[in-house]
Order: sequence, then C-alpha cells, then structure tokens
Amino acid sequence: MSAVDCKMSGQSTLLEIRDLHVGIDGNEILRGIDLKMGPGEIHAIMGRNGSGKTTTANVIMGHPDFDVEKGDVILEGESLLELEAWERARKGVFLSFQYPQAVPGLQVGNFLRKSVASIRGEDEAKGSVFREELTSAMESLDIPRSFMSRYVNDGFSGGEKKRFEILQLMLLKPRLAVLDETDSGLDIDGIRTVSEGVNAAIRGTDSAALIITHYSRILEHVQPDMVHVLLDGRIVASGGPELATKLEERGYEWLKEE
Amino acid sequence: MAEGGVIRVSGDSEAREAVGEYKAGWHDPENSTIRFDFGLSEEVVRQISELKEEPEWMTDIRVTERPMPTWGNMSMLEEIDFENICYYLKSSDSTERDWEDVPEDIRNTFERLGIPEAEQKWLSGVTAQYESEAVYHSIREDLEKQGVIFLDMDSGLKEYPEIVKKWFCSVVPYSDNKFSALNTAVWSGGSFIYVPEGVHVEMPVQAYFRINAKNMGQFERTLIIADKGSSIHYVEGCTAPSYSTDSLHSAVVELVALPGSHIRYSTIQNWSSNVYNLVTKRGIAHEDAKIEWVDGNIGSKLTMKYPAVILKGEGSHAEVISVAYSGEGQHQDAGAKIHHLASNTTSKILSKSISKNGGRGTYRGMVTVSPKADNCKLNVVCDALILDEGSRSDTYPTMEVANPSARCEHEASVSKVSDDQLFYLMSRGHSEEESLAMIVNGFFEPFTRELPMEYAVELNQLMALEMEGSIG
Ligand SMILES: Nc1ncnc2c1ncn2[C@@H]1O[C@H](COP(=O)(O)OP(=O)(O)OP(=O)(O)O)[C@@H](O)[C@H]1O
Ligand SMILES: [Mg+2]
Repeated sequence: MSAVDCKMSGQSTLLEIRDLHVGIDGNEILRGIDLKMGPGEIHAIMGRNGSGKTTTANVIMGHPDFDVEKGDVILEGESLLELEAWERARKGVFLSFQYPQAVPGLQVGNFLRKSVASIRGEDEAKGSVFREELTSAMESLDIPRSFMSRYVNDGFSGGEKKRFEILQLMLLKPRLAVLDETDSGLDIDGIRTVSEGVNAAIRGTDSAALIITHYSRILEHVQPDMVHVLLDGRIVASGGPELATKLEERGYEWLKEE
Repeated sequence: MAEGGVIRVSGDSEAREAVGEYKAGWHDPENSTIRFDFGLSEEVVRQISELKEEPEWMTDIRVTERPMPTWGNMSMLEEIDFENICYYLKSSDSTERDWEDVPEDIRNTFERLGIPEAEQKWLSGVTAQYESEAVYHSIREDLEKQGVIFLDMDSGLKEYPEIVKKWFCSVVPYSDNKFSALNTAVWSGGSFIYVPEGVHVEMPVQAYFRINAKNMGQFERTLIIADKGSSIHYVEGCTAPSYSTDSLHSAVVELVALPGSHIRYSTIQNWSSNVYNLVTKRGIAHEDAKIEWVDGNIGSKLTMKYPAVILKGEGSHAEVISVAYSGEGQHQDAGAKIHHLASNTTSKILSKSISKNGGRGTYRGMVTVSPKADNCKLNVVCDALILDEGSRSDTYPTMEVANPSARCEHEASVSKVSDDQLFYLMSRGHSEEESLAMIVNGFFEPFTRELPMEYAVELNQLMALEMEGSIG
C-alpha cells in the first residue's frame, strides 16, 4: 500500500512493516511480515517460542546482527533500515527488552539523564523539572529511590528489570514503543501498573505501542486494537482482543491446520 | 588542556579537535641551562651529585651496582637504548614559589595543562617538575604552620638532611632492581613530604611531572613520611610530548606510614606512547597504619609498575586499586605486591584492565603471608575487559601463604563487550562510541570513585576520547 492509499482510507500510518524478510547467518527467521499501525493504537503480537517475535522487535529497533533481505520498516513515511539503533531512538523508536542488559558501574540516575538528553534534548534533562518527572514516574512504578544510585540492571530481579524498562519508556516518551514480553516476570500488581503506564502513554496520543506477549492478562488491561499471531516468521492470523482469549484456551496448534 | 595527566575538556569543540590524538603531545623548544651528554657513567653520576652540592653519603649511595629486573616484559626492556638517554637536564635556575617567576615558556606549559587553576581550586600544595628539576613549588600557609613539610626532594635534602638520611632507601634498598638502582644513581627532583604527628592534611597535594626534551630520562625520587596518627593524600600526574624516539621515566617512591597514620597515593599517568615508564613504588605500614595506592595507567609505551606495601606493624592495612588502559603498541604490565609480615593485617587488591587495538594488559601480583603473621585477610580481584580481537590480557597472580590462619580470596574475570550490551545502550539514543565509553567508564567506576571528583571527571573524559574513532 502506498502513502496515497493511506490517506484515502482516512487513516494516517505511524508504523508500516512491509514484506519483511530477515535472516541471520544464512537462516531465514522472518519470512514476509506485514503490519500497519496508526497513532494512538496498541497492537499485540503473540506466538510460540522461537516464532520470531524478538527478532521482529530487534529489527524494528535496528540490531546490527540481523540481515534484512527484503522489505521495509517505515516510521512516519520514512524507512528506518539505513539508520542505526541510536538514530532510530532519536526518531522516537523505543524497545522494552525481553532481556535487559546489565552495565556494571553505570549509575541509573546518570544513565536516565543522559538518555533523556540524547533523545528529548539537553534542555529536557536539566534541573528540577526533570527531577520531578523522574520522581513521579518512579513512584508510579513503585521503584524505590535507592535505585538511582544502583548500576543499570546490575543485580536487578526479573521484575525490577521490567519496571525499569517501563520507567525508561515513560521518560523517553517515544512515538513507537515495542514491549517485548514486558509482562513476563512481573507480579500481578506489576502488570496492572505497567498497563496503566502504557495506556497513559499511548491512548489519545499520536504514539503507538506493539506489545509482544504470551499471556492474555496484560491484554485485558490494555485492550489492544489488534492481535497478530506469528508462526515460523509469518503473521498467520490477525484479529481483535478475542483472538488472544482463543489462543489462551486452545494453544497454537489449530492455526497450523487453518 | 590537560591536568594531572588527564585531559581537561572545557568545551565540546575542543573535545572534538582531539579525536584520536594524544592531547598533551605538543612540545616546547628546548631551552636547557644545563644538560649532560647522552649515556651514563660513574663520572656523570658524580657530576650530578656535585652540581647539587650534596653531602658525601648521598654521593656514595648514588654509585651502586645495577642488576636487571627478573619479572615483567623482558623483551620490551631489551629495546631500551640506555646510551641514548639524557640523564640530567635542567631548564630553570631555581624552584619558584610564585608562578610569575617561573620562566614563561615553562609556565605556559603548566598553564596549558591546567595546573595553576587546579591549585587554586582544590589543592593543598603543588610541585611541578620539568625535565630533571622542580620549577615551581608551593604549599598552603596553614599547613606550613602546622609543621607539614612539602618540598621538592633536592630542597628536602638540603633543608632536612637528617630526616632524609634516616629514611632514604629505607623502603626501597638501592640494590632492589636495575631501575630503582638507576634512579638512586641519577635521581633528581621528586617530592619530599613529612606530616607531623596527628596532623590531617584535608585537601590533596599534587605533583605534576612533565618531560619536554627528546630522549629524556626523568628520575624523580619521592619520599613521604606520615608521622603517628597523621594523614595525607598525594596526587601525581604525568605527560610528555609525542616523539618518535623513546624517553625513560624511572621513578622511585618510598612511603613510610608510622603507627596509626594514613597515606593515600594517587597517580594518573598519561605519558605519550614513546615513554618507558618503569617505576618502583613501595610503602611500609607500621601498627594500625594504612597505605593506599590508587594507580591509573593510561599512557606510555611500556609501563612496569607494581605498587608494594610491606605490612610490618600489627593491624596495618594495604590497598592497591589500579586501572590500566592499553591501546595500540602499548603494554601495561602492572599489578601489586603486598607482604603480610605482622598479625591481623589486611590487604585488598583491585585491578581493572582494558585492552584495545592490539594493546596488551598484564596483571602481575604477589601477595605473601609470613609464618609469624596470624589472622591475616587478603582479597585480590582482577578484571579484564577486552574490546576487540587481537588485544590481549594476561593475569599472573601469585600468593605465597605460609600461615594457615590466613583468609584468602581471589577472583579473576575476563570479559568482552557484547553486541547486546552495546545495542541496549544504543537503543537509548547513544551512539556506538558513547555507548562503549559508558561501558568502559562503568568498568573503571570502582577506581574512579576513589579519585577526587576533578580527577574522576577528567578520567572519564579521557576514556571517552580514547573510545572515539575506535569502532570498526
Ligand atoms: N542471534 C541469533 N543467532 C542465531 N539464531 C537466532 C538469533 N536470534 C534469534 N535466532 C533464532 O531465530 C528464531 C526466532 O527467535 P526469536 O528470539 O525472535 O523468538 P521469539 O518469538 O522471541 O521466542 P520467545 O517466545 O522464546 O521469546 C529462533 O529459532 C532463534 O533461535
Ligand atoms: Mg522473544
């Protein structure tokens, strides 16, 4: 579909993934993914272990290890493929990692300030306004103040890492947030807190979120506009929130037959 | 501008100018007042002593045998051309107490390095050495009134010969190794410090060493004595111009920590990559005294340096915290030596090394516990971070524990920067170089947090510059 088609359908497109084929070391992992998201929308991707969900997230963010063999990833009409990860971040792409990396010796407070400065601009990272924003975001996520002087993800528990990812989401204010299994490892309250954070960041704004998950619980809170099912590197089914419930009940086997 | 051997970055444009270059690498025209011809003989040694109008006992100490060291990078040591090194060079007639009186060209050098500015802001005293002699020296008046002696070593020998005679070579005997003996023969400059009983010197004192001439040998000699219950923090920095021919820096540092005292000695050496940096540093800790070496090796072609502490008195404590960065053509062979001679003594060694662009980092350590020393505790941690293929890191830890009551802990790790770690930081808007600098500075953090703030900031800036242009 071209940009003209989008306008004709009365919908603007924030993210478009077009016939995306991705390989690593000669193995094809993604075999033709198509996806379109408009501003204010939340979509979910579900699918078996190894089906290509994290790979999709990595390729959107610009992980250097993957080879895009065909297709395109387009944000607001501009292809991202030639851009490095940090350039994409500055254009508003954010990834909440399935496995956030520890950086021993790098202090959380320092890291957050630097990240806000590089993505939202130096002025946004200065002074009391930033400190207040940070404090209230940490409070809403139940992250203790003591984390400010800890090292990035170093010795964090599984759930703490996920909360820290969402803290970054709230501070960096992306146009497109990809959440890779952010709900895995979170307790019940954590899932609710994170969902509230996502809703606040996306609904009624011109940003969008792509939530990768194995469970319908988080989707009950955020009520996605669309649910996509990934199987062997292809989207094999798309539908409303009811698709997530069906998958939870019946698993993935029936999709193979269809 | 650099200071303390570390680059001081005052503006962005300046930082960018320095990409991939050694920042303190300029040189001034050589205007020496006295210079000895290249090479070393007993004659030269006697002339140096005569020129300095020294007492006879010092002349006698200077003339000694010189065995080669038996550990370290032997093949690289063989490359040193001792005949082609100038052993003494004097560029100024006297040591001044006012920067205005220092010859203009030399003063400009230290201003470019940011020394006078740092002195005003956060130091208790400064000595600045240019080639073989101290050209500037000052100490805060209140400290002088409390009896603190902070002089260049030559003035120390003149004004306090009894104290110097008592302690000189008492920690590092002149037969210790070739380089300490060489230093003992031709030493010139360095610092002499005495802190009286119970006096705490709150702000650090700094010495700054600059080599300007080609093929220069700098042999400063430092002696610090902390009397009972006193404390002092001494900081030194070093730079030199980048020449294609080699220079030699071979210092000897002796620390005497009398009962209950505390000496902290911090170094950031950022010698240019044509300097052999072969330094002997050793301290003796008496009862309940504490000696800390905080040692950063960023520059030089070959560094061989193993700060040592002899824990002589019961309950004494030693700490050696070091970082080493080895880039192209560099070998940082560094570590620590600690000898537990008395009971209830404790020691801690933390070594962090980074190698990049084919650089080589070596940790070489020796910890001994003598049979009579009961209930000693020792802890050794060495971490290496290798940034690319072809760079190298080796660890040679030796522990000789002759008393079964000792509690020993040893950890070593070698890691590489992973693509996933870089990708994580890049996904937060940081370029690949910035991300690498964050990882590297984080790796060095246990070291930088021990430095005075001003130094820590500059070390981080320096490492950020080292990471620029490093991504292939
Ligand atoms: N760096 C890599 N090198 C080799 N194979 C890879 C790499 N990354 C992913 N793969 C392979 O690609 C396939 C898809 O992996 P991906 O991580 O995208 O799965 P996923 O859908 O996120 O699974 P999960 O639900 O377990 O997180 C898997 O078979 C995986 O082994
Ligand atoms: Mg995954």
